[in-house]
Amino acid sequence: MGRLATAIGSRLVIAVPYLWLLIFFLVPFIIVFKISLSTTAIAMPPYTPTFGLEGGISGLVEGLKELSADNYTWLLDDPLYINAYISSLVIAAVSTLITLLVGYPIAYGMARAPTALRPVLVMLVILPFWTSFLIRVYAWIGILKPEGLLNQFLLFTGIIDSPLVILNTTTAIYIGIVYSYLPFMVLPLYATLEKMDYSLIEAAQDLGCPPLTAFWKITFPLSLPGITAGCMLVFIPAVGEFVIPDLLGGSQTLMIGKTLWNEFFSNRDWPVSSAVAIILLLILVVPIMFFQRAQANAREKGL
Amino acid sequence: MIRKAFLLSAASMIAASVAAGAQAQERVVNVYNWSDYIDESVLDEFTKETGIKVVYDVFDSNEILETKLLAGGTGYDIVVPTGTFLARQIQAGVFQKLDKSKLPNIENMWDVIAERLAKYDPGNEYSINYMWGTVGIGYNTKKVSEALGIDEIDSWDVVFNPDNLAKLQNCGVHFLDSPTDVVPSVLGYLGLDPDSHDPEVLAKAEEALLKVRPYVRKFHSSEYINALANGDICVAIGWSGDVFQARDRAAEADRGVEIAYAIPKEGTQMWFDQMAIPADAPHVEEAHEFINFIMKPEVIAKASNYVFYANGNKASEEFLDPEVRDDPAIYPDEATLEKLYTTTPLDPKTQRVMTRLWTKIVTGQ
Repeated sequence: MGRLATAIGSRLVIAVPYLWLLIFFLVPFIIVFKISLSTTAIAMPPYTPTFGLEGGISGLVEGLKELSADNYTWLLDDPLYINAYISSLVIAAVSTLITLLVGYPIAYGMARAPTALRPVLVMLVILPFWTSFLIRVYAWIGILKPEGLLNQFLLFTGIIDSPLVILNTTTAIYIGIVYSYLPFMVLPLYATLEKMDYSLIEAAQDLGCPPLTAFWKITFPLSLPGITAGCMLVFIPAVGEFVIPDLLGGSQTLMIGKTLWNEFFSNRDWPVSSAVAIILLLILVVPIMFFQRAQANAREKGL
Repeated sequence: MIRKAFLLSAASMIAASVAAGAQAQERVVNVYNWSDYIDESVLDEFTKETGIKVVYDVFDSNEILETKLLAGGTGYDIVVPTGTFLARQIQAGVFQKLDKSKLPNIENMWDVIAERLAKYDPGNEYSINYMWGTVGIGYNTKKVSEALGIDEIDSWDVVFNPDNLAKLQNCGVHFLDSPTDVVPSVLGYLGLDPDSHDPEVLAKAEEALLKVRPYVRKFHSSEYINALANGDICVAIGWSGDVFQARDRAAEADRGVEIAYAIPKEGTQMWFDQMAIPADAPHVEEAHEFINFIMKPEVIAKASNYVFYANGNKASEEFLDPEVRDDPAIYPDEATLEKLYTTTPLDPKTQRVMTRLWTKIVTGQ
């Protein structure tokens, strides 16, 4: 009996996360997918057909017949959407690379710092989260604007003669994304680098390996899981980023988050915006699967 | 955004259930109005007079309001959409007809405004005007006079003529990020019908806007208030009341920034923010009492004196501060009023054409 109860108990424990995914991921996904196959209407809610279980099986079948994939063909017909997806992916990829280049030395420095100092350094990385994300992005407007702190400082020191136009350009978006997501890159990197056995480096140096080569041959490969985790944590949210381009970016920057907003709010086209969201999800599932595979590989190697 | 919309609707559902629970003990009215749009003492007076508690919540864009209304079950008793949005929402069945027998103060309303409103709300059956205003040009007087050598802007020529806008480029130009506000103005400037839904006519507006686009620093519907007030930009196409807010903020900061608002001589669009009761409002009785209270001349005058917008209540004129009543930018004279036009709501197909051309103008794609 006891063994049976344990078996049921462990099944239940496993069932909880699956149930969670089912309710909070799969069900909303199916609803959004269904809306993406509908057509717009001036009604509440603003699409048709709307059907539920109250119509019985025949009502359900009737409703299903009215669904169509027109919205997806619409997305392919207008280069706007494809350009927006590509532009979002490029911006996310470039920002991820910059974040990695900036974050790696920080994480490395933290991992090599005296043990007593490390918790303080981790704290400093987390500290910005105590202020609202929105307010931190707004603060960048104050720094980057033509009469902002940065320009005042550069003019004061005589480095430039006329104010730089940074706000409302793509550069400002990169600054915003790199700044906002830097902790998500630094923390996983720090976690892997901190666990690393530095006697390996000492051994390499004893054997006459120059520091740079030792870094490339030992530290870098060992930190790969941290790099993958950090890059995914930055890349995936950056693709769908809406707030940063809206506040810091200029009008000319096309990003899928803004396109989706336009479809949903300006056009009131819930079906097309659902289709945009579904495709975005599919685009993101690929790197997520890549990430999971990389993690599984790393675990095997670790064993 | 979907996640955000989900959170919003969850929040409003909670608000609705809380409101339903409170109903038993006390009378409540849930009002959803634009941010910075009322003198709060008006709400206290209402509670004092009627014993009805006001739960006041604010939004900052028609799109957000409309998305909530279309999803249904907002729990709000009074919402305040703009005319063009209201018209489509009426069609979608979002609102209930007003019971005019419960609104005796309706006799105070201004017939000229009610007549124009019929375009959005035929027979004024669903809504009562709260405030109205215009789309125009807000500008920094000193910087514009330096760049263009004129003391006063009086024409769309300043923003829609590429030669003029090029000169203003360096001091900064913002346009509203709203095709339904900017496109009619361009059409009017070009001598075409501002209310045209013909794709070929709209294409002419697109052509004209693409020529001035390189000189526009940003298309945004609220940032220009602060940007004008701080002196970051010198010209913006904006809504009257927002520009007056910028003017006041600049005056308060007292750093030599002076803001003015122009209704261009070619005419411009008039907009109306309308109080309406959602079909599923939980407190219909209280909502009528609230609307009736707002229609009291001294009450709505107090609100206008506070927000610097004109209202559609003729009887309120004697209670208005002279600086509001006598400002032609707020209450235009007869001749200007004649030139103000309204636009009809777009059908879904035209809306798509409009949004698409707007995306092209804003992003260049």
